[in-house]
This record gives sequence, C-alpha cells and structure tokens, in this order.
Amino acid sequence: MSTVEVNHLYKSYADVTAVSDLSFTVHPGEILGLIGPNGAGKSSTIKIILDFMKPDSGEVKIFGQPMNEALKDQIGYLPEERGLYKRLTAIELILYLASLKGMDKTTAIEKADELLKQTGMLEYKNKKNKEMSKGMGQLIQFIITVIHDPDLIILDEPFSGLDPVRTEAVQKIISNLRDEGKAIILSTHQMNKVEELCDRLLMIHKGRTVLYGSLLETRSKFRRNSVQVTTDVELGELPGVIDSKPNNGSVELVLSPETSPQVLLDQLRDRGVPIHRFEITTPSLNEIFLNLVGADNE
Amino acid sequence: MNKTYLIFKHEFVQAIKKPGFIVLTFIVPVLALLAIGVYELVTTLTEPSAKETTLVGYVDEVGIFNDQTDQGLIQLVPFVSRQEATQALVGGEISEYIIIPSNYVSSGTVQRFTLAKELIAPPITIHLIESFLRWNLLKEDVPTEIIASVVTPMNLEVTRLDENGDIAQEQGSIGNIIIPAIFSLLLSFALMVGANSLISGLGEERESRLIEVLFSSVSIRQLLIAKVLALGLAGLLQVLLWLISAPFLLDLASSSFGGFLRDVQLPGNFILLGIIYFILGYLLFALLSVTLGGISSNTSEAQNLSMFYIMMLFVPLWFFGVTINFPDSPIWVVLSIFPITAPVQTMVRLGVSDIPAWQIVTSIGVLVLSVVVGLSLSVRIFRMFMLMYGKRPTVKEIARGLKSS
Repeated sequence: MSTVEVNHLYKSYADVTAVSDLSFTVHPGEILGLIGPNGAGKSSTIKIILDFMKPDSGEVKIFGQPMNEALKDQIGYLPEERGLYKRLTAIELILYLASLKGMDKTTAIEKADELLKQTGMLEYKNKKNKEMSKGMGQLIQFIITVIHDPDLIILDEPFSGLDPVRTEAVQKIISNLRDEGKAIILSTHQMNKVEELCDRLLMIHKGRTVLYGSLLETRSKFRRNSVQVTTDVELGELPGVIDSKPNNGSVELVLSPETSPQVLLDQLRDRGVPIHRFEITTPSLNEIFLNLVGADNE
Repeated sequence: MNKTYLIFKHEFVQAIKKPGFIVLTFIVPVLALLAIGVYELVTTLTEPSAKETTLVGYVDEVGIFNDQTDQGLIQLVPFVSRQEATQALVGGEISEYIIIPSNYVSSGTVQRFTLAKELIAPPITIHLIESFLRWNLLKEDVPTEIIASVVTPMNLEVTRLDENGDIAQEQGSIGNIIIPAIFSLLLSFALMVGANSLISGLGEERESRLIEVLFSSVSIRQLLIAKVLALGLAGLLQVLLWLISAPFLLDLASSSFGGFLRDVQLPGNFILLGIIYFILGYLLFALLSVTLGGISSNTSEAQNLSMFYIMMLFVPLWFFGVTINFPDSPIWVVLSIFPITAPVQTMVRLGVSDIPAWQIVTSIGVLVLSVVVGLSLSVRIFRMFMLMYGKRPTVKEIARGLKSS
C-alpha cells in the first residue's frame, strides 16, 4: 500500500491554477523528490496532502484513507519558512510539539537528546530560541519534524541555511529514515540533493506534472546520444560520430541516431586507441530541469 | 493526553509568564493606590481643612445684616466702606468681600469682589452667603426655627422599597455603583488585553509559519478553542486578582473620598452576572480576534482593525455619567443587547437601576448566539485564509469562501 496516493488533483485560486491533474504516489522506504520552479504548485500540493486546504477536485489518501486527525501523529512536516516560539528554550519547544504528536515526556526527552546529539545541537538545548541563529533554529525544527518517528515525512527545503557539516548530518538522518521504511517527500531547489537522496522524482511546472519517475529512468530518458572519451591521442574522424567537442580534458562525441555507444567503443578498440575513460553522457538533473522548465519559460 | 488540554496548558502558562501580563496585573492596583495618593495630596494642598474658616468681608449699606456672621466654613467680617474692604482684601486680611447695596431688598443685587481668577463663583461660599442674607432678612419677623427651615428646607432621607412595600435590601445609594463601575472598567481592560494577546499570539505563529507545524499535529478547532480558553482563564485570573485587591483599596479610598465609599453594596446577582458576562464577553472578543488574526496580512494590521470593536467596548464607559442621570433611556437597553457592548453596559446598568429580567435574558441569549455563530464562522474563516500570507482577503472573497465551504 502506498503511504501517499494523490489522484487527479486540481486546485485554483481565483483565476490562477495552482495544481492541475496531479497524480503520484509515495511508498514506504522511498524518498520522492518534489521539484519545480517557484510558483509551480509544490507548496499547494503539500498543503492539500496535509489537509490545510481542500482541493477543488481530486483525491488524496494517506495510509490508504482520506486525511484525518488520527493520522496526524504519523506525519512529520517541516515547512519551508520556519520560526519558533522565541521565549521558549529549544528543549521546551521540542517537548511541547512532541507532546502534541502523542509522545510521552520520558521518550521525548531521550529521543530529543539523541537527535540533538546527531545534529550537533546538544549543547544548545537549554538556549532560548531567540538567541539561536537561523541555521540552529532550522535544525530544531527538523528535530521536531522527526522526533515522533513518523511514517510519512514531508520536508520543504530542509537544507536551506545549513552549513555543510550540518547539511551532512541532516542528510544522513534522512537516509536512515528512508532505510527504516519511512516514506519521505522532499521538496527542494537543490538538485544535487535530489540526485543524492531521492529514489524517484516528481517535477511540476505551472501545476502540471512534467516529469515523474525514478532517477535512473529520468536520466536515461533524457540521455543524449553521446559519450565522453578521455584519451591521449587525436581521435580524428570516426564513422557514426556527427560532432565532437572538447569537455574538460575529455572529448564529447555526439553519435548519429543509428550509432550506439557500444559500436563506437568497438571501433576505438579495433583501432588500438588507448582509452582512459569512456562514459555515456547523462544529463544532470539541473540540466534536465533547465531544459524542461527553461524552454517553457522562454 | 488530550491535545486540546496540552495546548491549553501551554498557552495558559505562557500567557501568565509574559512580562506584559505580570506588569498589567500589578500595575492596576498600584495605579489605583497612586490615584488615591494624588487625590489626598491635591486635597491637602488646595482645600482648607474643615476647621479653617475663610474670612469674607461685607459692606452693609442696608443696615440690617449684622447677625449670624459665623456661617461655619466662612466668617463674615463687616466693613464700613468699599475702600476699607478693598484695602483688607489687597492686604490679605480677607479672601473676598461683598457689597449689599441700599436698594438690595428691592433689587436683590449683591456685588462680589475677589482677587481670584474664577470661571464660576465657589458654590459652597455662595450658599453660605445666601444663608447669611436669609437669616438677616427674616430675623425680625420670623421665629428662629422657621428661619432655620427656610435656610435648610430639608434633610433628605431616601428609602427604597421592594415590590411588597418592604424596605429593599439594596438601597441604590452611590455605594451601589462603585463595584459595577470598577468591574466594568476592569472587564473592558481584560477583554482588550485578551483580544490583543490572541491577535499577537496567532500573528506570531502565522508569521513564523509555526501555525503550519501546529496544524500538522492538531485540528484548527482544537488549537483555537484551547487558545481562547487559556487566555480567557488568564484574563479571569487577572480580574480576580484586581478584585481581591479592591476591598483594601476601597477602604483606603473611603477615608480619602469623604467616607461615602463605606456604603459600597453589591447589586443583586452581580457576581453571577459578572461571571456570565465576563465569560461570554471574553469568548465573543476572542472569536472576533481569531477571525481578524486569520484574515489580516500581519499582526499590526489585525491590531489596528481590532480597534473597531475595542472602541465599541468602551462606549458604555464613555456615557457612564449620562447613564446615571438617565438610567431608563432606551439607548442603554439597545447597548445591553448589542453583543459587543452588552457585557460592560449591563454591568454599568446593574449599579444604576433595575434591569428587567427579559432584557438580561435577551442580552445573554444574543451573546450566546453570537458566540456559537462566531465560533463556526471564525474556524471556517481562519481555515480558509490562515495560509494566505501577506494579503488580506476582500469581503467578497470571504463571503464567497463561506458560501462554498
């Protein structure tokens, strides 16, 4: 059973369409990357999933049922813009919000200490939130999101404002949660994080799905018919190669539609060309994103 | 544990720990003490003591005004001429003088001379001079007892009877209005502070997006009910602390303000109605604040908009004096039934006159109805617009939203 199942979702504000015919699923033990430019409809989608707002039409099921109050304890949500009660200390806030997720105090204290330690925040647990930096505040909110061991975790830009060390710590916790079988929706603009963490991705633009599938499928779908070759010799003209361009110490060979990389590799081997690296060119997620969204924006 | 209770507990503890709450709780009795002190000081500095008499000169051109020159607070001192009296006035021997001209009996005109800059002549002095004139005008032809009655024709004693013709327990003296007046003032303050606390609390949560984290854990209804009840209890606690300090302050004030405060009485049903109106009034103001908190683009805008109903809250206090003079005006009946003014107006009227039972029942009924309808509307409006950051919906959008929800 899918943890999240979204079917044909529509949502409009006045004359602006925020979400249009959006369908996707998130399964236990996977991270779904939710990406798209600003105003694509990511936040609206998340808010509909969480039942903060009602869709105009369509259906959302969480753990196989429509969203209801009883399910809230199984969900952890980290909003994009974050704030804390300024007068409370970090631990007071964590324990208060953990209690609202049904945690008893003793377990919450133990779990909070564990997560504070993992994120390097243990020494700040008794510090008032108003005295914390933005990054520290974000880590406290991240801890609040996962402290109750939710089965569905929705993270909106979890890495923004974090230094590399703390980014690494948070990334590790997210990976571990996935390995423990949690379903995670990760909304971010950081494509490298999607590539590093996500199993599948959903790219939306102007409320519509423009890409949905596994990272591997996506990459192969957008793979150009070209290879990167690193060698010490001049390659000259090769049958089936329609273009070649130097690329950072290597050369990218663009193949004709009827030529496969294997045919080219065989040719090079037959000619005795010493090859240090031979790699099928796969576009980065960022390139795919720019390709899809950029073209539409133009 | 019940989530509503958890939020209630958290909000209550946070509310009573706020420096603003603590300061306001203690500053009201302190300000009252200060007011009594200032009154004492001003009285001591400006008023002569009861035993000190003022010397008022007079020039009697008629020739009959020579008796009863000691009028208690003033002592009348005869002078033979205006010049002599003027010299005494300028020399500080007397504080003022009058001339009773030879045609006084036919004209009634008396001239008064003073160094003081006055808008109106001091009423007590004038009353005592009139007594002096009356005594001397009548002394030859009328017995002394009759003159005394003419000068002070009655010593009024009022007794209020109940419907059975027996002496009523509640006598409706000035002491009757003291507690309702103080309570009305405190109630207004408590409602205003409660409304502002809710607006700023919700504003902080909306602006920091904590509201989204909260709503991913609890329902909107749970959050709003818990907040409203917690801040209501904090407000009630504040008013109770003020009322606990009231007997001491009243006792102190009683000796300062001439003793009439010793007659303080509680109007019938005051405590019960006070609690009912506090709770209903607080709930109504809280719901109005929640609605504003939900639709305003930021906290300061919500606070500005809230001034509309907070100002209305104080209307009964602005017209307090008029209410005392015209207690049965239909305007007060309307204000007692209109939900925003009902709590304070009813409390004020309780001290001034009897309120017919139907008016109290209607007033409470309308308030209860407003709270019930308000709860449903505020939750729906808050839900619809809470995530609309930085933009206030138009009335049309609100109406459309309510219609479609």
